[in-house]
Amino acid sequence: MRAKFFLIITICITFSFPFFVDVRELSIQQLEERKKADEERKKQREKRGEKKFQKEIILTTDIVFVSKERELPPVLSNLDPILEDEGFYGVKLAIEDNLTTGRFLGHDYKVEFHRILLEENLETEFGKLLQKGKKFFVVDLNEEELLSLMKIPEIDDVIVFNIRAKNDSLRNENCRKNFFHIPPSYSILSDALTQYLVKKKWKKWFLVTGPDKNDRIYSDALKSSAKKFNIKIKEEKIWDFTADLRRTAGKEVPIFTKGANYDVLVVADEDGEFGEYLAYRTWDPRPIAGTQGLKPNSWHRTHEQWGATQMQNRFRRESGRWMTEVDYHAWTAVRAIGETITRTQTNDVEEVQKYLLGEKFGLGAYKGVKVSFRPWNGQLRQPVLLAAPRSMVSVSPQEGYIHPVSELDTLGKDQPESTCKF
Amino acid sequence: MIKFFLTLVFSITMSFSSTRANLAYITNEKDNTVSVIDIKKKKVINTVKVGQRPRGIIMSKDGKLVLICASDDDRVEVRDAKTMKLKYHLPSGPDPELFILSPDDDTLYIANEDDAMVTVVDMNDKMIIDDIPVGVEPEGMGLTNNGKLLVNTSETTNMAHFINAETLEIVENVLVDARPRVAMFTPDDKEVWVSAEIGGTVKVINPSSKEVTHTIGFEIPGVNEESIQPVGVRHTNDGKYTFVALGPANRIAVIDQKTKKVIKYLLVGQRVWQLAFTPDQKTLLSTNGVSNDVSFINVDKLKVEKSIKVGRFPWGVVIGPN
Repeated sequence: MRAKFFLIITICITFSFPFFVDVRELSIQQLEERKKADEERKKQREKRGEKKFQKEIILTTDIVFVSKERELPPVLSNLDPILEDEGFYGVKLAIEDNLTTGRFLGHDYKVEFHRILLEENLETEFGKLLQKGKKFFVVDLNEEELLSLMKIPEIDDVIVFNIRAKNDSLRNENCRKNFFHIPPSYSILSDALTQYLVKKKWKKWFLVTGPDKNDRIYSDALKSSAKKFNIKIKEEKIWDFTADLRRTAGKEVPIFTKGANYDVLVVADEDGEFGEYLAYRTWDPRPIAGTQGLKPNSWHRTHEQWGATQMQNRFRRESGRWMTEVDYHAWTAVRAIGETITRTQTNDVEEVQKYLLGEKFGLGAYKGVKVSFRPWNGQLRQPVLLAAPRSMVSVSPQEGYIHPVSELDTLGKDQPESTCKF
Repeated sequence: MIKFFLTLVFSITMSFSSTRANLAYITNEKDNTVSVIDIKKKKVINTVKVGQRPRGIIMSKDGKLVLICASDDDRVEVRDAKTMKLKYHLPSGPDPELFILSPDDDTLYIANEDDAMVTVVDMNDKMIIDDIPVGVEPEGMGLTNNGKLLVNTSETTNMAHFINAETLEIVENVLVDARPRVAMFTPDDKEVWVSAEIGGTVKVINPSSKEVTHTIGFEIPGVNEESIQPVGVRHTNDGKYTFVALGPANRIAVIDQKTKKVIKYLLVGQRVWQLAFTPDQKTLLSTNGVSNDVSFINVDKLKVEKSIKVGRFPWGVVIGPN
């Protein structure tokens, strides 16, 4: 890992907590007033001399965040900024949360941020970190990259949290006992969406699949969900137009969708290459769901229930932007490590792994119910948010789907269907 | 001008109706209002516009003042309990959620949810005198009868912080279950009960040894475990019952205060959070956030008598001492 872009930020934990500037997402004026008041408070506090409860440090845990530089895909929408810091603030916030708890227990947390550059080799660079004796990794990598990590022999001695890849293969045939998956898998997302569409009685689908590999994988998951919940896929098409739709969508989409008898157009377009251009242009007036329109998410900017407002505020204050799904996954991963160490009082890899997969583990993650890991494949159990761009529509599992262990297990592949063997 | 006129009308109507009537005050989080309920008549007699996102609500011991956490205004409103006219604001630090007054009404302790602080305000000078760094997302506040030991819970740190109210220093931190919401001392101060919303339990802590003596769990046939989310806790002064609001389980658990066994579950409205007794402790009120109503519970019969509509997302409830 070379010097130039090479980003190592070590948040050294002095346990003297930085004072954060407070901002709520209210008006600019309120925001300014609050900042002023905060500075005043800070001054006052310094005058009084801070009193802080601080236990002697008895346990220090190193966490490493690894992300990878990518060639940016062409994006059709010019609206959303391309983020190169996804995950960073999620980790940072969770470390602060861990430290606040740690301060009372004598637990210290340190974090390093590594970004692997385009020309660098992932396995080599990762190997170096393993040699340094790092044990807890939060990785922002895709399926292939995760598979290549699994080839490193020393990887079995550490714990890896996947915060990006939704591929079911990582939770099934390619699962590993020490790999934990925070993002809902494609099959969890598709089940979450399907449960809601069933509730709406929109049971005739027109399925449109994009050209990329992950589009096909998501589309397959949607097809399995359709089968599971007795949905009829009336029409199925692959989108393979290469034209830039910003100018021509009005002509192409109506013809593309003409003639089918369906309730809802379900689209699998992970990179947003065409999905945004389907709405309002279909031949018949039909809603859009899937990767665009009504979308199943692990986190969304419209989410405000169950204390999520606090999380959204804290995140925006820290980063100046909205929390993305990857940020939320990063936060959850680091908090899962923290929660385990808080409860078990140890950071031994085996003990932590055992606790994470055990029944006692439960984390409050702004989803209304505790989140936990499926012991058979390390997938995080969690409610899924179904959101339109500017409104929260519903949260799955939907009412009425019951399960002997957890209703959250009505989403995705349940234990009997899982092909994961630890 | 219109505002002035409105307050005038309010004060007139209030002064007519408030002759020794027992009143309950409900904060409606989404409406930015407080509903005033005549407890005898079980009727909303007034709805008052207050600051943004009102949540925690308490009263002074003499019943003359109503204090409201206006969370999105970053301050506490102090209103005249009779007229509900705004008297003045208190500084609170950012995002005040729940708070508690010292027995002499001189000191106000506020949990700042967005800021990992407990802010201490002098009620006479109306000034912040100190703040105490606690865990992430502090919420529940409990105080002993003599006002010497303060307990604060932090929702993300999952702890009950015991604070010496004289030195304003943390003396001990006790790990509880996930997302602790409310801390409530028993009338004899020998126990403090802490509800954990996501953990689904109530921990009973001995305040002298700071040890958890009991963990109370809940099981309701036909209700899934995940929707049992304990929040509000109220003890009867005779040491007989403790009532725990169970959130989206839509029920209040009645617990034997001595044996810590659940006696009964009372079905109220949807997402029940906070609770308050009438001064004679014969009636318990609960705020049901999703069904937008308040339930009246007969404490002797352990029966829900009536539910009445209030504003949107009723959050906190307080009842006057007279």
